[in-house]
Amino acid sequence: MTSTSLTKTIFGRLTWESFPIHEPILLGTFIVVAVLGLAIVGLITRYRLWGYLWKEWFTSVDHKKIGIMYIVLGIIMLLRGFSDAIMMRLQQAMAFGANEGYLNAHHYDQIFTAHGTIMIFFVAIPLVVGLVNFVMPLQIGARDVAFPFLNNLSFWLTVAGAVLCMISLFVGEFARTGWLSYAPLAELAYSPDTGVDYYLWSLQIAGVGTTLSAINMVATIIKMRAPGMSMMKMPVFCWTALCSNVLAIAIFPALTAAFFLLLLDRYAGTNFFTNELGGAPMMYWNMVWIWGHPEVYVLVLPAFGIYSEITATFSGKPLFGYSSMVYATVVITILSYLVWLHHFFTMGAGPSVNSFFGIATMVISIPTGAKIFNWLFTMYRGDIRFDLPMQWVVAFMLTFTVGGMTGVLLAIPPADFVLHNSLFLVAHFHNTIIGGVVFGLFAGMVYWFPKAFGFKLDEFWGKVAFWGWVIGYWVAWTPIYIVGLMGTTRRVHHFDDPSIQPYFIVAGIGALIILVGILGFVMSIVMGIVKRKQLADTTGDPWNGRTLEWSTSSPPPAYNFAFTPVIHDLDAWYDMKSRGYERPAGGFRPVHMPRNTGAGVILSALALAMGFGMVWYMWWLAALSFAGLLVVAIAHTFNYNRDYFIPAEEVATIESGRSELLAAGA
Amino acid sequence: MRTLLATGALALLSGCDMVVMNPTGDIALQQRNLILTAVGLMLLIIVPVMVLTVLFAWRYRRGNPDKVYDPTFDHSTTLELIIWSGPLLIIIALSLVTWTSTHLLDPFRPLERIAPGRPVPANTKPLEVQVVALDWKWLFIYPEQGVASVNELAVPVDVPVHFSITSTSQFNTFYAPTLAGMIYAMPGMKSELNAVLNKPGDSWGYSGNYTGRGYSDMRFQLRGMSQADFTSWVAGVRKGGGTLNAADYLKLEVPSEKVPVIRYAAVQSQLFDRVLNQCVAPGKPCMVDVMAQDSARSAESLRRLGHAPAGDTSMPAPRPSPGDPHNHPMSSPVRPLAPSASATTNP
Repeated sequence: MTSTSLTKTIFGRLTWESFPIHEPILLGTFIVVAVLGLAIVGLITRYRLWGYLWKEWFTSVDHKKIGIMYIVLGIIMLLRGFSDAIMMRLQQAMAFGANEGYLNAHHYDQIFTAHGTIMIFFVAIPLVVGLVNFVMPLQIGARDVAFPFLNNLSFWLTVAGAVLCMISLFVGEFARTGWLSYAPLAELAYSPDTGVDYYLWSLQIAGVGTTLSAINMVATIIKMRAPGMSMMKMPVFCWTALCSNVLAIAIFPALTAAFFLLLLDRYAGTNFFTNELGGAPMMYWNMVWIWGHPEVYVLVLPAFGIYSEITATFSGKPLFGYSSMVYATVVITILSYLVWLHHFFTMGAGPSVNSFFGIATMVISIPTGAKIFNWLFTMYRGDIRFDLPMQWVVAFMLTFTVGGMTGVLLAIPPADFVLHNSLFLVAHFHNTIIGGVVFGLFAGMVYWFPKAFGFKLDEFWGKVAFWGWVIGYWVAWTPIYIVGLMGTTRRVHHFDDPSIQPYFIVAGIGALIILVGILGFVMSIVMGIVKRKQLADTTGDPWNGRTLEWSTSSPPPAYNFAFTPVIHDLDAWYDMKSRGYERPAGGFRPVHMPRNTGAGVILSALALAMGFGMVWYMWWLAALSFAGLLVVAIAHTFNYNRDYFIPAEEVATIESGRSELLAAGA
Repeated sequence: MRTLLATGALALLSGCDMVVMNPTGDIALQQRNLILTAVGLMLLIIVPVMVLTVLFAWRYRRGNPDKVYDPTFDHSTTLELIIWSGPLLIIIALSLVTWTSTHLLDPFRPLERIAPGRPVPANTKPLEVQVVALDWKWLFIYPEQGVASVNELAVPVDVPVHFSITSTSQFNTFYAPTLAGMIYAMPGMKSELNAVLNKPGDSWGYSGNYTGRGYSDMRFQLRGMSQADFTSWVAGVRKGGGTLNAADYLKLEVPSEKVPVIRYAAVQSQLFDRVLNQCVAPGKPCMVDVMAQDSARSAESLRRLGHAPAGDTSMPAPRPSPGDPHNHPMSSPVRPLAPSASATTNP
């Protein structure tokens, strides 16, 4: 064996050229990331936190801790995804005429692909899953999710996907195909380098995590509700979580299958989506959008649930039209399967098919409109406290309606013929995702933060975050709507027409205002920690809440509820409070709990190694780590040491401690 | 206040040329009108919602001592009926608009009018233009005139134009916002677009769907001109020389960026059909032939198995002698393509 073939066997197609040391931007980023990473590792080592992190967090099967870790992942990835956004805005603001900007097509195309991929898969999904994970079991009065270990594994698989995606920044390339990697562009013939492989493997690994998590959440909601909580007494957030996760279970297999076939095309030379030999690229578009459109509702339904909870709490009223809200959610869930073709009306499916999908899309706006009215009439005759979460709700209602309107506009096929693939379309979906999903996630994080940590976020910086996002959104995206109407198409890295430059400059300023919002949010956490004594909440119910999560302490004990609550009415905690609920003082019983395990971390690390091996054609690494995956998974089934009891005395100590705190506060 | 805002917005917007809102082609104009109608219909519900949001948020704030607070108000059948039926009525109206406009403005549908109140004169034959999306430039073939151009699309005003559109490798979109909406250009498939330009003048046409490295600069100049100017443009192209045969096409097909306008005085006949059937390169079998052979073979094997495709009239009759698909030199006269088996996306 010659030395080159030996290197090839060991390193696959990884060579020294794969490291972008000639790219100053990437090199700079790498240095910053490396320095920060080393600093964090150093600090953790210095304060001897590794053991604590491993035992209390990484291996934890506690749904609350996993939820928080999901949210931390989402926020970290938001910083990455937003850096991409700022780079795009800067490029588009300067690249006119003779000025080619500071990014070439090669680099720019990777950035917009990474931006979309990361924002959906590694920001929106983790944040939504994180909030559902943290809040839903508390709202239904459960002690954990149905499958606690699976929950931990799901989280770490998502992390593995995110890490693989981030590795592409410094080792090799990321995809230059757009966030859905359409065939035939994503085929080997047109994208031969590692980019699409990084994309596919990182999303396949993360996708397994998301699917498992969805199964877990559905099982939890169906099986683990507290006694008395019938489906129609369940908080709306749990309903939206249920519908969202049912959707996820139904759609993720379609995406996985599409990616799997594309992987076969790229690795095994099949022709599912190629131009030649009977391949049907259009099939890929259909498959990814059968996933893609419902995915929007996977994200936005829980956000709708958050708005419902917050509006009811801060208006001091039950949600208006609870059952119509539930039916609206279910109708949206079903209809969202019937609209995917509106993403390519312009492929020429024929007027009757286009009309069907167009009208089906518009019909979704009826239940969505009903939801908006329900929030409105929840506010009507209310006693509204404008704390930060409620401010986010009002901003959402004003922003999202506009996005909904442009959405219905795009659903009319002949209108879509002039607006499709233009920046108008890009502005529309940012309008709904920022105005609908992101605002909701921030509202939810501000609302439930005191529940998770026992103190509120800093109010001033929270306001900075709020105004930064809201003003920033409008300044950044209104000009993009306008240039869309000027016929400007998306994903363009260089323009000739100087008359549109001012709009891109304004959009860039808008992005900077959003940056202020993001930093404001980070600061509100930092300052919240600094002022945690002042902002502390000993009651466990800082907002005068209505649902069960507010009945327990902040942060809740590992077992959530010393006694499983019995539910008699909607808004269970409000009901308990108004009937003069007394905390139990004795008679505690040992609590049966799941035990932590490191198997999720190990399995995900192996999945990551396998993905990396496949991307770089290091077959030995891929094969070994795949074999390792099987061995560890099977070995884990022989781990019978998977539960324990919290002794009754310990429960009694925790609970009486809380009773004293409450008495001191009152 | 509202008028002030509207005036302000208009003043801001008048500074830019919103081609989508101000097109020069009749189809694009109808699409524009549809956008305005739909927005108008939706504002009937959007404006009240936004006004009520602000109003309720203000009136029912905790600091307002004059408000009515009803902590149990969570249901009203009347209100529920209104909030479900209001959007429903709007959507019914929009659905009717959608159904008719989608059919009337179907890009595959031949034009019935040149402009409002001006039907297409009887016996008008639309100008045929064949469009090929290459990496990364647009090729326009005028089969009746026998000329072609790259990144320059000249059309006479007030004459219906029928575009046949395909692509060599990527899924692209042919997008001329002044003329009509966009339609995908896809390899191995033919899309069609019927449109008419009503005003002379130059504007830009774009590539709508991202196709890789050279995508950003893949634009074409759309030049609307009078019939006389168009005739002289064709004459000019013919005089300019240059031919586009299979060999030239294969050279043109090689990916290139920021390609200047190229004109060809002569084009090999049926070049577009060869591109569509992915058999420009000598020796490559045409898709249409492969498909005909496949269907003949499957009919044959079905027959042998005793399952005659009885009554199935939708299947094209297998051609008697499809010939050797590998023997397909461009120098030989191109055989007629079986129209029923040709690869199209839409009947």
